[in-house]
Amino acid sequence: MDIEVTLNGKKTTLQGKKDEFLADTLRAHGQLSIRKGCNTTCCGLCTVWIDGKPTLSCAYLTFRAEGKNITTIEGVKEEAEAFAKVLVAEGAEQCGFCSPGFIMTVLAMKNELQNPTEDEIIHYLTGNLCRCTGYMGQLRAIKKYLGVA
Amino acid sequence: MLTIRDIVQPETLTEAYQILTKQRTNTVLGGCAFLRLGSKRIGIGIDLAKLNLDQITEEDDTIKLGAMTTLRQIETHPLLNESFGGVLPKAVSNIIGVQFRNGVTIGGSVYSKYGFSDPITALLALNAKVDLVKAGRLPLGEFLARPREKDVLTHVIIPKEEQIASYQSLRISASDYPILTAAVAKNGEDWRIVVGARPQVAELAGKASEQLAQAYAHAKLDSFMVAGEKNEVNEVVEGILEQMSQELSFGSNARGSATYRQGIAKVLVRRGIQEVLAWISK
Repeated sequence: MDIEVTLNGKKTTLQGKKDEFLADTLRAHGQLSIRKGCNTTCCGLCTVWIDGKPTLSCAYLTFRAEGKNITTIEGVKEEAEAFAKVLVAEGAEQCGFCSPGFIMTVLAMKNELQNPTEDEIIHYLTGNLCRCTGYMGQLRAIKKYLGVA
Repeated sequence: MLTIRDIVQPETLTEAYQILTKQRTNTVLGGCAFLRLGSKRIGIGIDLAKLNLDQITEEDDTIKLGAMTTLRQIETHPLLNESFGGVLPKAVSNIIGVQFRNGVTIGGSVYSKYGFSDPITALLALNAKVDLVKAGRLPLGEFLARPREKDVLTHVIIPKEEQIASYQSLRISASDYPILTAAVAKNGEDWRIVVGARPQVAELAGKASEQLAQAYAHAKLDSFMVAGEKNEVNEVVEGILEQMSQELSFGSNARGSATYRQGIAKVLVRRGIQEVLAWISK
């Protein structure tokens, strides 16, 4: 079936089966930042924004995206790069596999919360798992990036 | 693997119910985050997106949660944060992560009667009701106890009374499924103690709740504020906790044994009672 969406600011027609989930549809459409890391709906790697809200694309049926705005990390290159530089400077990156979903959630948090506390940052990012690190580097980087350090 | 042969988006609830009952494999779709983990074969997937059920509305004496309201809407809604000690936002706030809660719906959680459900525990303590197309309006406890029957859940209704409630849960790690959930609510002279993820679905401890109401009415809880203090008042509470742990059944699964859950239930309910008393005394 055809699904008309706005993908990263451009009107796009996605093709997907009726029981297909958005992560698979977007990857097939060339959005290779989308990764599925857990298969149990809990790792956050596949996070995209749907109408600005961070959402697990692995658990979102594609047909429901009809008429919606979808944003992947490919659509927020400047912001993602700015934050990635801070991440690298803090030594928070290791394998990088979880980074696209993680960065999308951090940028969504920046849009949603004003001057979040450490507890609020941790709470917002609980759904993003990283198996290389202990999260401390990421936390330093987020605080620096948001100017709440 | 979940399969769905066809999708419909009905324009009316009657149409949704007719399609649902036309064939055994037709199913109403909530957020699908849990459904996707199984291998259910759905004939027609019924999406309620066109029925304006994704709203939280305040009426004269109730707060209505549309079935398609996401758990994240519940978590962030100002009215729900101000109501009942913020118990509903608290109950949903530890479920996986923000991006998960932006996709899953309260209707999906409640209709499926998930044993591990955090919100069902809190809603049962608040004496919520559910609206169903066929069965009409039912108390949530009655709905949970009924055999499964095909129906379309449209709203969860919470009485807008002077309720104050506390929500407690124990998890192996943040964002995991709960080992046990508990909620304690005070509504006027009534108290409600509810324990969920036993691992069966949440249930009211009716006798213990009555004992708690009586103890409160007779001012036997006045000094019960400090955990672990051994005094006469605590012994009253210990009796209530013992009653709760005996009248509810507890089971074992990968997250914990029945004995462990029975012990933990006392701890969580005790904390719930303390929290409600602390709010009342403010």
